[in-house]
Amino acid sequence: MSGNMNLTLKVWRQKNDKTRGKFVTYQANGISSDMSFLEMLDVVNEDLVRKGEDPIHFDHDCREGICGMCSLHINGRPHGPKQGTTTCQLHMRSFHDGQTIVIEPWRAAAFPVIKDLAVDRSAFDRIQQAGGYINVNTGGVPDANGIPIPKIVADEAFESATCIGCGACVAACKNASAMLFVSAKISQYALLPQGQTERYSRAQAMVAQMDAEGFGSCTNTGACEAECPVGIKLTNIARMNREYLGAKILKQVEPH
Amino acid sequence: MSKSKHLLSSSLGKKLIMSLTGLFLCTFLIVHLAGNLQLFYDDQGKAFNDYAHFMTHFTPIRIVSYLLYASIVIHAIYALLLTIHNRKARPVSYAVYRGSENSAWSSRNMGILGTVLLVFIVTHMSNFWWKYHNDGVPYIEYRTDLATQETTVTELIGDEYTDYVKYIDNDVEVLKAKDLYKQVQFTFKNWLLVAFYVLAMAALSFHLIHGFKSAFQTLGFDHRKYAPVIRFLGIWLFGVVIPIAFAAMPLYFYFSS
Repeated sequence: MSGNMNLTLKVWRQKNDKTRGKFVTYQANGISSDMSFLEMLDVVNEDLVRKGEDPIHFDHDCREGICGMCSLHINGRPHGPKQGTTTCQLHMRSFHDGQTIVIEPWRAAAFPVIKDLAVDRSAFDRIQQAGGYINVNTGGVPDANGIPIPKIVADEAFESATCIGCGACVAACKNASAMLFVSAKISQYALLPQGQTERYSRAQAMVAQMDAEGFGSCTNTGACEAECPVGIKLTNIARMNREYLGAKILKQVEPH
Repeated sequence: MSKSKHLLSSSLGKKLIMSLTGLFLCTFLIVHLAGNLQLFYDDQGKAFNDYAHFMTHFTPIRIVSYLLYASIVIHAIYALLLTIHNRKARPVSYAVYRGSENSAWSSRNMGILGTVLLVFIVTHMSNFWWKYHNDGVPYIEYRTDLATQETTVTELIGDEYTDYVKYIDNDVEVLKAKDLYKQVQFTFKNWLLVAFYVLAMAALSFHLIHGFKSAFQTLGFDHRKYAPVIRFLGIWLFGVVIPIAFAAMPLYFYFSS
């Protein structure tokens, strides 16, 4: 790739969730187009540290698009302008020399800002803990393929399970709704025989926790599906609705 | 895993109400359109006026009409509740937000479109429903010779006649009914109202292009084979055919008067 880029960054700086934040403008000079977006921020941060200033805080971990730790709302879109990618896998060749890039944290009441661009996504953990598991009794190891599962069903469950919990769906949704995340986590169990025992209590508990965390509701815009870095499908939300309404209307699990 | 909330207070329960009331209103549109197509008959409003009497006096239809009024009110109230809830979920908005790159315009503006439709419904009901139910509409008499099928029409002035009758006497069919057709002709002489009606039908189109398929998604209906049928109906029947047919009515009366 030819040449290095000079960019203007408008970065959201906020001390913690108690204080008001504001945009601060930084220059990112000599940025290689082969860098990832996070490497570009590393360069800016090294510069800030050299000047004795507080570096920009942002979440990151594996930097291979697997862990779901990186976030960033870049120029009006979660994980930046490319579809089907995380911010760590976004390269600077997606931008051009002289461009102004606005970087904001995920904006949701349920995701309070920890500092700058890092937000607290433990609401997702609490939703998962409310019902996103199966009970397995200890004992002998079951035979492989002891429970037959059609390939198409196994694939569908696997695709739902690829959700990395990054929160881009919440960030993209105009209502800050977490339904794509919750529906993927419900689906990965609802589809498989092992998930049937807690099927109906799971849907109710996870939806109740989602509401308690203060996420918005779905208006079926499809923005979450379009922005999801791993391609979780909107049909998961339809499945969650079936599971939940079915549980509430027909299959209350609480005893009489 | 024993935490559970009452269905209707949960986010999914509120969406269920939006979905069911919305779909009920969609079925109403089909009936309303089918009936109103009689406005296009060249019979000086005879069929339409007779139909209007039937719709306002037949008990099962009247019961359904109260369900309909309730659905409109509930749909609007729950839309407001959900909008307030959704606003709270994002207290700090984005400085830059490119919604157009990941979602359709109509899907992001259901509230605005719905508000236009609510104003339209109030206007529409005061134009016709209120006038019809509060003696704002004079009576008319149709005498049809059953042998020749020729109809003579007499306008019944003022308080001269206040009862619906329909009978056959000496091979002449006599119908006396409220002349709602004349009220339609009168209303659509006003170009401002005509323009507003057409605008509201454009809003209806966009509202239903998203709303119809969205209601099925909320109900959990996303079948590999049949969901495309829903999407097709949502766009072509509810988004194109129905709004255009409705919009044709004010335009027809405005330009034929």
